[in-house]
Amino acid sequence: MTRYQPRLDTSPPVSDEVRQTTCYMCACRCGIDVHIKDGRVAYIEGNRDHPVNRGVLCAKGSAGIMQHNSPARLRAPLKRVGPRGSGEFEKITWDEALEIATGWLKPLRETDPAKLAFFTGRDQSQSFTGYWAQQFGTPNYAAHGGFCSVNMAAAGIYTMGGSFWEFGQPDWDLTKLFLIFGVAEDHDSNPIKMGIGKLKERGARVIGVNPVRSGYNAVADDWIGITPGTDGLFILSLVHELLRAGRIDLDYLARYTNAPILVNRDSKSPDYGLFLRDDDGKPLVIDRATGALAPFDRPGVQPDLAASHRQGDITHKPVMHLIASRYLQRRYSPEAVAGTCGIAPDKIRRLAAEIARTAFDEEIVLEREWTDFRGERHEVMRGRPVSFHAMRGISAHSNGFQTARALHLLQILLGSVEVPGGFRFKPPYPKPVQAHPTPHCKVTPERPLDGPHLGFPRGPEDLALDEAGNPARIDKAFSWENPLSAHGLMHMVISNAHAGEPYRIDTLFLYMANMAWNSSMNTGGVMEMLTDTDENGDYVIPRIIYSDAYSSEMVAYADLVLPDTTYLERHDCISLLDRPISEADAAADAIRWPVVAADRDVRGFQSVLCDLGARLGLPGFVTADGSAAYADYADYITNHERKPGIGPLAGWRMGKNGLTHGRGAPNPAQLNSYIANGGYFVKPIPPEAAYMKPWNTAYQDWAVKLGLFDAPQPYVFELYSEPLRRFQRAAEGHGARQPPDHLRGQIRAAFDPLPDWYRPLEEAQTDAAAYPLHALTQRPMAMYHSWGSQNAWLRQIHGHNPLYLPTKVWQAHGFAEGDWARVTSPHGEITVPVAHMAALNENTVWTWNAIGKRKGAWALSTEAPEATKGFLLNHLIHELLPERGDGLRWSNSDPVTGQAAWFDLKVAIEKAAPPAESRPGFGAIASPVGRGPAELTWKVGE
Amino acid sequence: MTDLPTTTDRKLGLVIDLDTCVGCHACVVSCKGWNTENYGAPLSDQDPYGADPTGTFLNRVHSYEIQPETGPAQLVHFPKSCLHCEDAPCVTVCPTGASYKRVEDGIVLVNESDCIGCGLCAWACPYGAREMDAAEGVMKKCTLCVDRIYNENLPQEDRVPACVRTCPAGARHFGDLGDPDSDVSRLVAERGGMDLMPEQGTKPVNQYLPPRPRDALEPAGDVDVLAPYLEPVASEARGFIGWLDRALDRLPGGRDGEGP
Repeated sequence: MTRYQPRLDTSPPVSDEVRQTTCYMCACRCGIDVHIKDGRVAYIEGNRDHPVNRGVLCAKGSAGIMQHNSPARLRAPLKRVGPRGSGEFEKITWDEALEIATGWLKPLRETDPAKLAFFTGRDQSQSFTGYWAQQFGTPNYAAHGGFCSVNMAAAGIYTMGGSFWEFGQPDWDLTKLFLIFGVAEDHDSNPIKMGIGKLKERGARVIGVNPVRSGYNAVADDWIGITPGTDGLFILSLVHELLRAGRIDLDYLARYTNAPILVNRDSKSPDYGLFLRDDDGKPLVIDRATGALAPFDRPGVQPDLAASHRQGDITHKPVMHLIASRYLQRRYSPEAVAGTCGIAPDKIRRLAAEIARTAFDEEIVLEREWTDFRGERHEVMRGRPVSFHAMRGISAHSNGFQTARALHLLQILLGSVEVPGGFRFKPPYPKPVQAHPTPHCKVTPERPLDGPHLGFPRGPEDLALDEAGNPARIDKAFSWENPLSAHGLMHMVISNAHAGEPYRIDTLFLYMANMAWNSSMNTGGVMEMLTDTDENGDYVIPRIIYSDAYSSEMVAYADLVLPDTTYLERHDCISLLDRPISEADAAADAIRWPVVAADRDVRGFQSVLCDLGARLGLPGFVTADGSAAYADYADYITNHERKPGIGPLAGWRMGKNGLTHGRGAPNPAQLNSYIANGGYFVKPIPPEAAYMKPWNTAYQDWAVKLGLFDAPQPYVFELYSEPLRRFQRAAEGHGARQPPDHLRGQIRAAFDPLPDWYRPLEEAQTDAAAYPLHALTQRPMAMYHSWGSQNAWLRQIHGHNPLYLPTKVWQAHGFAEGDWARVTSPHGEITVPVAHMAALNENTVWTWNAIGKRKGAWALSTEAPEATKGFLLNHLIHELLPERGDGLRWSNSDPVTGQAAWFDLKVAIEKAAPPAESRPGFGAIASPVGRGPAELTWKVGE
Repeated sequence: MTDLPTTTDRKLGLVIDLDTCVGCHACVVSCKGWNTENYGAPLSDQDPYGADPTGTFLNRVHSYEIQPETGPAQLVHFPKSCLHCEDAPCVTVCPTGASYKRVEDGIVLVNESDCIGCGLCAWACPYGAREMDAAEGVMKKCTLCVDRIYNENLPQEDRVPACVRTCPAGARHFGDLGDPDSDVSRLVAERGGMDLMPEQGTKPVNQYLPPRPRDALEPAGDVDVLAPYLEPVASEARGFIGWLDRALDRLPGGRDGEGP
């Protein structure tokens, strides 16, 4: 017939204005361009200039417009009128809400500040919320790291002064072989996708070690479908093979690690297992040039990895001897570990060979001169182009700390940390343990805490214990149960507060933490603890204040709700004092600012804390005359100084001769400078300082100048960890501070100063025949924690979460499409829909985490599939290990760090008749925000 | 019936790298966002907070498991949108002329003011790439962001489809597949790019790059080329320390090494 081609306007106006801020759809903190039409948000895309995402943006980020306009947004402060958990509230004014909060909190501060437990969830303002809690005076503060990744963070910092993800990254431009361990789909988002894209583009190899072959593991060139919880053993088998073949970087080990440092090997000596030190306390090595003892860092010293030393009657051996003696043992051979790990010996050997070949036969040499901390000048920077990344699959096990240590051992033996092609730190890292604070817990009524809550203990003397030796914190962080719990134990707060152990609290104050649902183990039990009453009919946890932007499950359990803004309506700072957005080649921080005004009676939580701090008269939040020190959070960001010249933001500070970066006085126009620059600040690291950072004089001087630290702090990597040995020594009966007897065995085993592997704790005491399968969860790439399901676009992508079963299990039980299964653990039972997945470890089942929703939450229909067929594995996981008949409560956590061990779960499965809805079911909670609309035809402009 | 142009000046389209696509749905949502706000009617969503949410998407990602004859199963992510076929059956089947293929660049579009929502084009498309918008009653499909790629209100570097601009892994490429010297044509040549369902005879412009071979570490054959890299120097600690001592001597600065 015909052809008619209409004239098209191919250059329509895109928007009235672009406002650049920082995404908050997950924890990556990418830069975004928010297109505004008629004062409303029209479209969101990535900021091309931003150091984190360089213009790209993930599904969550692009769907931010639906989050910003979500029907689940809270609209006003709420006071509970129905019973806890009912979701029945009345709207109140902000004045009333703040008066209630002040009335509850002021008496606690005057009598016993520890009666306040203040825990924040996916808080991106921890240097601020921690400061507020410190000024209040309670020891009970932490964020959600104990639930998420403290094993990774603590192992990294204790071993090499930094860890994966936020503290470092692979050298994406130069690495030739990239191995990922336990990397779920959700952490991290754009940076790892961009990195894998770069590797693929130039034909570098990616190897995924993960029981589930999805996401990044699906595009990996090789997949190692390991048995959950055995990564540490697998890694040590690679170490065994590399040692046997001598394929390790001896020069690097001698210069930059404690491998040459001499260890006391006399079991009768009081210093058994500790370093030989000189009178100044400096660890000693044998200088290969002279054959004599020397401090490890003396200019010109050539530390000897091989020589032993006898002093008096005591033999001292270098750490390298201990490493060889340990890992050359046959129990680490590929044949010995194959069965436990579920990986064929040949495959382990081939991987070890590929690592060795890439590291040593494809060495990278950059022609960049640099000077090390011993004063030696180097002509080049030499690199081993093998890099690693790891995440929750390692972290969320009760052996995760030592597993992450094992991975760092492997990296360091290869000489592939902080070298070209390897793993690189991001400022303010590298930062050794000795540059971090120790924990503080001394409470004085009407006074601030004696220092920061969280830190890194060097030995038993740094534990947070009261005078009687009992845990000082409600979560028992930094107690003998988990001495190195650097992020606290959020997952134990409600359980301990309910049990009154170690003591009772009055007010539980939570921010952005969905503890009544997906952010707790034993979710049903936690709901009961939150609503439980004593003999007088009073709630066992007397008061709960909660701040969230959305009608999450936790809202229903609060007595007072403080509604937060969306991320496009608020000020924030992503600070170098906290968890900044730095890259390996630059220090960087960023802000959020209100790109649109809130249209509801809501306030940014941090601004509310400024107000509440002033009402409570907290030091730092009031001026000399008692008036509020900060009008709001923006005022705090601009004017607060942590110490003279150092504030939350490093860019555009006021120097003696005008604007400067790093150290400088507050600048009233600082936020405007950030906005004009796209919402972020970047300070590139000079090329001669960009690698070898812990030992590189140029980097150390640069970092001091920028204000990251006050004096150069070079250090060597700690393959052998003396702090761990000090705890182990205490468990052996030495020293003034002694663990309770029932914990001695656990500490002796878990605090091995060399990385080792032990079977995950719950698994070790569970009948493997009764519960033969490992059960895991992960978040999909297009969702972040519980937030995604309120998002009309994202829930169409991930609205269902069947339990995925491997072929062996699928066939053995005769499952067919549409079937349901009853899944049991030592702790509980769920009945859920199942689906088949072949690319899966044969003894592992898994599902998407937090798709399942409580009926009535998130402004969803009570018929939403998330509430009828969705489910949580959390019901199968307890915060305590199964009882051992000793009357003690054993936390289901890593005994070193307190990391919640939710990947240790073992289950049994059987076919079940399909119930009407997944089980357990919980009644609907009343929605304080109503329900979402029946149709969306979203268009802001015409 | 509607005619196709006999030739087009250019063949603009996408090259999608299945070796690299991690299945993150970034392209799906940025497409949804841009095309809700821009060309034609918004992409609507029905029952968006209810029991059965369904909406209009111009680009979706499907995931398929593949079981090779040997070795472990694989998972491939497969993004799919209109392929802007040279012989587009969705155009020739259109009773009103609303569907058309542009002469200058080959983009297949729907002129919404002429679309009667009969759905014949969706039926004719073998790829299922067209979606009827339930709110507006018109057919929606990928426009290759025709309102971006020539848009003088956007900086030059942003004149690419929204899905290409946003793809975090760099798995999506945009260009003229009619020009053998273009970057996309070269990529197709180098990586063995393929038509989707060539037997349909639609001559799709979009091309897919196949996944590279996987699982090289799986045992296969007797000869292990990597074995020399693990030749043992010692089998237990004592022998290792002896090797260590000798090896240290050979390092620069060691007894047998070079200066200083």
